[in-house]
Amino acid sequence: MSFLKAPASPALLAFSAAPLAHLRSLDIAVIAIYFAMVIWIGFYLKGRSNTGEEFFMAGREMTAWIAGLSFVSANLGSLELMGWAGSAYQYGILATHWYWVGAIPAMLFLGLVMMPFYYVCKTHSVPGYLNLRYGEHARVLAAISFATEMILMSGVNMFAMAVVMKVVLGWSMTFSIVVSACAVTLYVALGGLRSAIFNEVLQFVLIWGGALLVPILGLIQAGGVDGLKRQIIANMHSDSYFHLWRDTAHFADNPMGVHWTGIVFGLGFAISFGYWCTDFLVVQRVLAAHNLRAARMAPIIGSFFKMAVPFIVILPGLLGLVLLQNPDGSRMQLIPQDTWKACVPMSSDCAPLLKQTSLSPAVQKDVLNQKEGPQSDLHSYNEVLPLMMVRYLGPGLLGLGITALIAGFMSGMAGNVSAFSTVWTYDLYKPLINKKGTDNHYVMVGRLSIVFGVLVSIGAGYLVQRSHGIMDYVQALFSIFIAPLLATILLGMFWKRHPNRRLSGPALRHHLFGEPLRMGPPLSRQAGLCGAFARRQADGRKCLSRAVGLSFHSHRHFCGQYVYQAQAGGGVGRSRLWRDPAAQGRAGPVLQKRVAVGDAGGVHLCGAQHFVLVASFFFLR
Amino acid sequence: MHGSGIPIWFFIGVLLVTYGLMILGYGVYEWHTGSYPPLVELTNLHTPVWWGGLLTALGVLYVVKFRPGRVR
Repeated sequence: MSFLKAPASPALLAFSAAPLAHLRSLDIAVIAIYFAMVIWIGFYLKGRSNTGEEFFMAGREMTAWIAGLSFVSANLGSLELMGWAGSAYQYGILATHWYWVGAIPAMLFLGLVMMPFYYVCKTHSVPGYLNLRYGEHARVLAAISFATEMILMSGVNMFAMAVVMKVVLGWSMTFSIVVSACAVTLYVALGGLRSAIFNEVLQFVLIWGGALLVPILGLIQAGGVDGLKRQIIANMHSDSYFHLWRDTAHFADNPMGVHWTGIVFGLGFAISFGYWCTDFLVVQRVLAAHNLRAARMAPIIGSFFKMAVPFIVILPGLLGLVLLQNPDGSRMQLIPQDTWKACVPMSSDCAPLLKQTSLSPAVQKDVLNQKEGPQSDLHSYNEVLPLMMVRYLGPGLLGLGITALIAGFMSGMAGNVSAFSTVWTYDLYKPLINKKGTDNHYVMVGRLSIVFGVLVSIGAGYLVQRSHGIMDYVQALFSIFIAPLLATILLGMFWKRHPNRRLSGPALRHHLFGEPLRMGPPLSRQAGLCGAFARRQADGRKCLSRAVGLSFHSHRHFCGQYVYQAQAGGGVGRSRLWRDPAAQGRAGPVLQKRVAVGDAGGVHLCGAQHFVLVASFFFLR
Repeated sequence: MHGSGIPIWFFIGVLLVTYGLMILGYGVYEWHTGSYPPLVELTNLHTPVWWGGLLTALGVLYVVKFRPGRVR
C-alpha cells in the first residue's frame, strides 16, 4: 500500500514502502481464527464476570502460574518485541540489560517484599493502597495519573500496531485501529480482567509459538553462536556487540553510549522498580492471585520467563546484522526510524539524516534521486523482527508470527483499558461521584468505562503521531508518572515516619504546584519557584538541585521530590504538635526541631533519589 | 486457573491443535508437491512439518489434560 497521497511514476512507487509480507489464505485464516477465539472467550467469560470482584479482580482466583504468565505477558507487547529487536540490531547485546537488569531484580523484589503489602490489604489497585497509607487525596491524585497514563499507553499500543500492520502487511491504519479496538472492547467489556488475563496467557503462548522459530532457523543458517559472532565482527568491525559489561566504563566505548552506573542505578533501580513495582497494569495481574503465596510466587515465576525473552527478541536483532540481505545478495542495512520517516516518502530532512547512516554513498545517491535499485529499499531498525519473520516463515507460519504480533499489541491495549476501568471505577467514580452504588452498578460503570477508554485511546493514538518516535513518547510518560510514584510508595511502605494521612493536604498542594514545575517552564523560573516554595516550607533551605546543576529533566523531578519531602517533614511536626495542646506553648522550638529532623531525613532521601534520577538521565539520554 | 469453569489451558490446547493441524497439513502438501515459497529460506528443513507437528502434540496434551469435567 502506497504511503504517497498521489501515486506518480513507478520509481516513486518503489519508495512507497511496499508491504514486507504478502499473506496467503492460510495466513489470513490463522489471524481470523485468533480473533474468533478471543471474542469467544469474552462471551464465554461474561457469565462469570457479574460481580465487582469477578469483573475487576477476576474473582481473585488465579493460580501462581496463570498470574505469573499474565504478569509477564501484560508487559510483553509487540511494541517491546519489535522495539528491542531493533535496539539489539542497533546496539548489540547491550539491549539485553533491559531484561536481565531492568526487569528481573524488580520482579523479584515485588514478589518477595512488596506483595504482602499490596495483597494483604485487599486493595483493588495501587491508588487504593495509597488511600490506606496516605488518604483520599493521594488516592485521587494517583488515580488521575494512572488513568491518564493507561489511556495514553493504550493509544500508543494501538497506533504502534496500526503502523506495523501498515508497514508489514499494507493494511490501512484506520482498518487496523478499528478492528483491534472492536475486538479488545468486546472481550474486555464482556469478560473483565479474567478475559484480559486469559488472552494474555494465550498471547504468551502464541508469541513463543510464532516467534521462536526465527532465532532457531537464524542460528542454523548463521552457523551457530560462534558463526554469528564471527560474522558480526566481520560486518561491524567491532566485538562490542557481544559484551554486556566490558565496554561500559566509558560512554564512548560501547554502541549504546551508556555507563554502568546508569545501567545499574538508573535502569536497574529507578526505571525498573518504578515500573514493575508500582505500575498498576502489571500489579493488577498479581493481585488477582488466589492467595498470598500465589501472589508472591507469580512475579518469581514470571521472572524465569522474562529471562528467556531475549532469546526471541535480542537474538533476532543480532541475527539481522548478518543475515538480512538485499535482492542482489548484498547485506541489508537498516536505518534509524527518524531517517526512515524522513525518506519514506521523501522530504527535505532525508538528505542530512541519510548522511549519518552507514549506507554507502552510491546507495544514498540512489535513494535521494529516487532511483530504483536492489539496495535502495529502506527499512528501519524496528522492522528487523518482521523482516526476519518474512525471511524464514512460509504460509501458515508467517500467519502465526503476524498473529503473535497482533496478539501482543491487543493484549497491551486490553491490559491498559482493564486497568483504567478498575482505577476509574474504584478510585475515582466510587469515592467522588457515587459512594452508594450497588455492586451491579459499579460493574456496569466498569463496562462503560472500557468503551469510553478505548474511544479515548483511539484519539490518543492519533495524538502519538505527532511525537518524535513512539519510544520517546513512552519514556516521557515514564518520567512523568512512574519515578515519583515509586519514591512515594517505597517511603510509605518502609519508613514509618513518612507522612501519614494527615498530610494529604500539603502533599496535594505540592502536586498541584509541582506538576506545573514538571511541565516545562524555563529553568530559571522553575528554579525560582522551587526555591521560593522550599524556603516557605523549610525555613530558608534552598532547593538542593540548583546547587548541583542537573539536567532539565532530573532537575524538575528532583525539585518536586525535595519540595514534597520538605513539606512532609514539616507536616510530621505540625501533626504531632496539634495532638498535644500542652505543647502549644513550646510551639516555636519544638516545631523547628521536628521540622529540621523531618527535613534532614527528607534531604538525605532526596539525595538518594537525586543520585538515582541523575543516573537514569545518563542512561536515557 | 483456580476455581470452576473451563481452564485457560484447554482454550490454548484447542488453538494449538487447530494451528498445528493447519500448518502440518500445509507442510505435508508443500513437501509432497515441492512447491516451496520463492523467498523463504531453509525450505529444505521442512519447518512447517515438524513445527506443525510439535504444536499439534502440545495442543493435544493440553486438551486431554485440561478437558472440562476431568477430575484433578
